[in-house]
Amino acid sequence: MKEITANMAGSVWKVLVQEGEQVEIDQDVVILESMKMEIPIATEDDGIVKEIKVKEGDFVNEGDVLVTLE
Amino acid sequence: MIKKVLIANRGEIAARIIRSAKQLGIKTVAVFSEVDENSPFVQMADESYLLGPARVNESYLNIDKIIEIAKEYRADAIHPGYGFLSENHLFAEKCEKEGIIFVGPNSQVLKQMGSKIEARKIMKEAGVPVVPGSIEALDTIDEAKAFAKEIGYPVMLKASLGGGGIGMQVVQSDEELENVFLDNQQRAKQFFGDGSMFIEKKIDDARHIEVQILADQHGNVMHLFERECSIQRRNQKVIEEAPSSFISEATREKMGEAAIRAAKAVDYTNVGTVEFLVDSEENFYFIEMNARIQVEHPITEEVTGVDLVKEQLLIASGNPLSLNKNDIKIKGHAIETRIYAEDPERFFPSPGQITRLDLPEGEHIRHELGVSSSFQVTPFYDPMIAKLIVSGASREEAIERMKDALNNYHIDGIKTNIPMLKTIIEHDQFKKGNTKISFVDEYYLPMLKK
Repeated sequence: MKEITANMAGSVWKVLVQEGEQVEIDQDVVILESMKMEIPIATEDDGIVKEIKVKEGDFVNEGDVLVTLE
Repeated sequence: MIKKVLIANRGEIAARIIRSAKQLGIKTVAVFSEVDENSPFVQMADESYLLGPARVNESYLNIDKIIEIAKEYRADAIHPGYGFLSENHLFAEKCEKEGIIFVGPNSQVLKQMGSKIEARKIMKEAGVPVVPGSIEALDTIDEAKAFAKEIGYPVMLKASLGGGGIGMQVVQSDEELENVFLDNQQRAKQFFGDGSMFIEKKIDDARHIEVQILADQHGNVMHLFERECSIQRRNQKVIEEAPSSFISEATREKMGEAAIRAAKAVDYTNVGTVEFLVDSEENFYFIEMNARIQVEHPITEEVTGVDLVKEQLLIASGNPLSLNKNDIKIKGHAIETRIYAEDPERFFPSPGQITRLDLPEGEHIRHELGVSSSFQVTPFYDPMIAKLIVSGASREEAIERMKDALNNYHIDGIKTNIPMLKTIIEHDQFKKGNTKISFVDEYYLPMLKK
């Protein structure tokens, strides 16, 4: 199982994928928002989305898991 | 004269305004969000009131709540600072209706200057050179493509109501324009409530040089020379200096005159900034007017000796300008570096707990601070947490002093852009004055890859 983590603290602005969806390397899965900036978080691996750990509006810290892949 | 001013802002600029208001004998009211309770500006003000939760819509953008506090505690004026509500014409209009002095131009001017398409039209008519581009909004991709073809790629695609770099993009080809037009239009609609887009010719090798103006309510307009703010990342300024080392005395004079024409064209009042792009031949083109105090105002203050915030409060009180243009000369050189809570290589925000704040001190060093030691930098607002301003008799001296000051500037606990600032300040091309808007892309980012 692979984890996609937040690279900065902020809130979840958009979740771009659904559980069960096939994703490809470099595809954006979540957009975080922090300090007036939107940061797309991309997957570094191919895989199928197993679990989405956050919902839009949630606050996350750097390193928190956003999405897991299998 | 204003008796009590409410500062509808936070961080370093709120503290800055409180300082000047106090010197004029004006009482100060701070308003703050739940997460800003321990901010320096909250302690500095004579009175402080909670606005609401951290999110800006419930706090610093909550017009009704801010007006309510101003009325309840009898503030006869509101200073909006920069950002937030500072250029919001509906807020200014509401202040006008409630009989509260808005420290800035009137709502009509804010409305005109808020629309970049409208501002370009007005300036063109007033004889202020504007960047070649579309006069009307471009509604469809086809219109945009036809226009881009006419002026030639590369072009800048911009949102009429855009700001802070949002909705703005360099476009190189028809294909790229097709890909990004709708997306930017959509974002502009979402962020600014209006998706009007326009296209400007991309000016090659441009510098960003802006002119500070002051205008009272009696028709007197003057300028306080220029600031060069070409060193930018993510379309936001990082290092600013006054005066510009690039333009000639003749250009300086012409730009000052153009800025005064711009202000007069809209019956501007209070302090404001006319922003220009300047090409390598010293041709200058109006890009926009910032109808408020600028982040980088301190460097103008350092080289002219004028306290711009005091001037704002005096002008808003109805006083005529007391400054005489002939008495004001540029003295020496000043540089400002913006301290951002962010990763210095990727420019990603880095909120968190500050564990150490150790600042350089010296006669030629000025700090504007939004934080204190053991301050929690939250992710809710702009990443700029402080400004470092140094001055010197010459640009070389100012650069040397900035270098020393940055070396003695210590913030622990969060990432900051200080390493980036040091690298740029010590860069040969910066020292040579080769300060184009492309500086970060051309010189800084490639150094990181090595």
